[in-house]
Amino acid sequence: METDLADIDSTLPPRRNGGLVLKLLAIVAGAFAFAFALVPLYDALCAATGFNGKTSQQGKLGVGGISSASDAPSRIDFARTVTVEFTGTVMPGLPWEMRPLTTSLDLHPGELHQARFLVHNSSDKAIVGQAVPSVSPGQAAQHFEKLDCFCFSQQTLAPGETKELPLTFIVKPEIDEKIRTVTLSYAFFNVDGQKTAPKERE
Amino acid sequence: MSTAPSLEHDTSHGHHAAPYQGGVMRWLTTTNHKDIGTMYLTFALIMFFIGGAMILAVRAELFQPGLQLMQPEFFNQLIGVHALVMIFAALMPAATGFANWQIPLMIGAPDMALPRINNWGFWLLPPAATLLTLPFILALFGVGDGAVATGWTLYAPLSVQGGMGVDFAIFSIHILGISSILGSINIIVTIFNLRAPGMTMMKLPLFAWGWLITAFLLIATIPVLAGAVTMLLTDRHFGTHFFNAAGGGDPILFQHLFWFFGHPEVYILLLPIWGLIPHVLGTFSRKPIYGYKAQVYSFIAIGLLSVVVWAHHFFTAGMPVPALLYFMYSTMFISLPLAVLFFCWVATMWRGAMSFETPMLFAQGFIVLFGLAGLTGLVLADVAADAQYHHSYFVVAHFHYALFAGGIMGVMTGVYYWLPKWTGHMFSETLGKWHFWLTVISFNLTFMPQFFLGLAGMPRRIPDYALQFVEFNAISTVGAFILGFSQLIFAYNVYKCVKGGKKATDKVWEGADGLEWDLSSPPPHHSWEVQPVIK
Repeated sequence: METDLADIDSTLPPRRNGGLVLKLLAIVAGAFAFAFALVPLYDALCAATGFNGKTSQQGKLGVGGISSASDAPSRIDFARTVTVEFTGTVMPGLPWEMRPLTTSLDLHPGELHQARFLVHNSSDKAIVGQAVPSVSPGQAAQHFEKLDCFCFSQQTLAPGETKELPLTFIVKPEIDEKIRTVTLSYAFFNVDGQKTAPKERE
Repeated sequence: MSTAPSLEHDTSHGHHAAPYQGGVMRWLTTTNHKDIGTMYLTFALIMFFIGGAMILAVRAELFQPGLQLMQPEFFNQLIGVHALVMIFAALMPAATGFANWQIPLMIGAPDMALPRINNWGFWLLPPAATLLTLPFILALFGVGDGAVATGWTLYAPLSVQGGMGVDFAIFSIHILGISSILGSINIIVTIFNLRAPGMTMMKLPLFAWGWLITAFLLIATIPVLAGAVTMLLTDRHFGTHFFNAAGGGDPILFQHLFWFFGHPEVYILLLPIWGLIPHVLGTFSRKPIYGYKAQVYSFIAIGLLSVVVWAHHFFTAGMPVPALLYFMYSTMFISLPLAVLFFCWVATMWRGAMSFETPMLFAQGFIVLFGLAGLTGLVLADVAADAQYHHSYFVVAHFHYALFAGGIMGVMTGVYYWLPKWTGHMFSETLGKWHFWLTVISFNLTFMPQFFLGLAGMPRRIPDYALQFVEFNAISTVGAFILGFSQLIFAYNVYKCVKGGKKATDKVWEGADGLEWDLSSPPPHHSWEVQPVIK
């Protein structure tokens, strides 16, 4: 049973495997790159569809929230009332407390409103936090326009400091008529706990 | 064929192939497809018992409510590593072992196209399996807090926060992935370039077709998993925020990436089995395979559909309604080509002169039980129903009908079918039948109650449960222990068959059809040195 491979090779026509192997390796490389390409694709898809509660318009007007004329809401839909509920949580690793001062608002789509949150640093050192918003139901997210938000930038709280954080927003009249209640939730994360500063949420 | 194993012979060709070696070096350096196939299958069997032992510990804990044997943390480690071991270190290597042994024999090729890469592909596996399970051992010596405890899906953010077991799992998955990709490239090149003259693609044995689709799925999806766990690694150690909401990332993204790989993985595991089942059914029904072309096209259709349905694994994570509907309908659509396969399997047996040797019993058991997996899968694919069934024991039961009855029992079918060809000896039919009936009965005893537990609301991955679930869990545990220990009969039967037994004829089975049965049993170390010509 010890026939040498050399004998076998000689009976076979020469084969070119290299080209096919390279093509298959290109598929492998492409698939690996595809995994990373999915990251921005997913973000774009979420922003476009409001999928996963990502709000699309945030920061469009820049910090300060000065609206240009073209962005101003064209009309207020007095025929409908939408209830907006506010909630906030503090993620593990951030010794803060947070609660909405405005827990719920009944408003007409297109109206400009403000809501306020109270945050308190219960530790004895200054800490930088970042709020990440999420809107549910997800379909409402793209019609929830924040003109100014404390989540547009990082917040620094001195030891024991209590701060009121404002949010100015419009629920656009284009929102689906079936949606009667929208919930806006903030999760505060400890930025210092991260190994590097997170990228700004616009 | 050379008859004089002289020194002169060895040295004269020494530049081309390593001289024949005995002992360990033979197995370390072998590039022979039969040796490598044997190593893959042996490795798979060992890991099958290791993964099985883990889950028996879990079932023992679940025999009664409350915590008896272990802490929840250890429980979590066992369930996750059980799944990773069974999928990546038992089922996939077993299928690759079949491919190594059988594809060259069935397509008339002298060996795999890339023999050295073949050797490397196998020898990456033992280090990978060691990496995966080593944290268990390290924890015994007070190093670290044990193996990965996130479940096999490694969902962020839990996996971002987990201990060093997660890092071991990530590197293990990297190595296992490289091994699978090397194996897949080898199989594709072999099938494309080394088919016997006259064997067109539409004359390719169905087993090779099934494996070809699996290989393409592997090279297209394993890199995505590798990418996902790489992102996890950089999130854990290098300050990136792919899955960290505080940094603008999104944990749900991990689920998309994981299941983009994870759903095709199910078909990766099953396509080689769907390829081999028709050969067995045809052999023992003494009829040609029914609907060859329909089966080939079904394989291709399922392969293509499998990469566009992934999000049905997390319907409850939150998705726009149009997306829910798309993933529901596309998932249910897969049942059509699958139904074609079922039809062809039954039609192959229809009015055949059937006999019920062990491989045939396993093939038929496979059809019935895998059919149940398909039916319960349709229930899970329903968005409205899934909200209740998601993450319950219903899911656990469903995928064990798919991957034990569909996967493992399919592998058993193949082993019993081809073992006499590989060893040249017949196995014990008596032991084979005992193994089959004990497996089928205890399998249903284990997993049928889990459907009911799931319907009643018992969540998966929890070491404790409410009192109303006691009876079904006790039955399930008893079934699991019978199931686990029944597999020792299989191991013994295989061992006996390798060592000796009644001489097998070249054709082995009266109704066997295909190139591999033209070779002697066992086939010579180098077979098809002159390729057969297919008319």
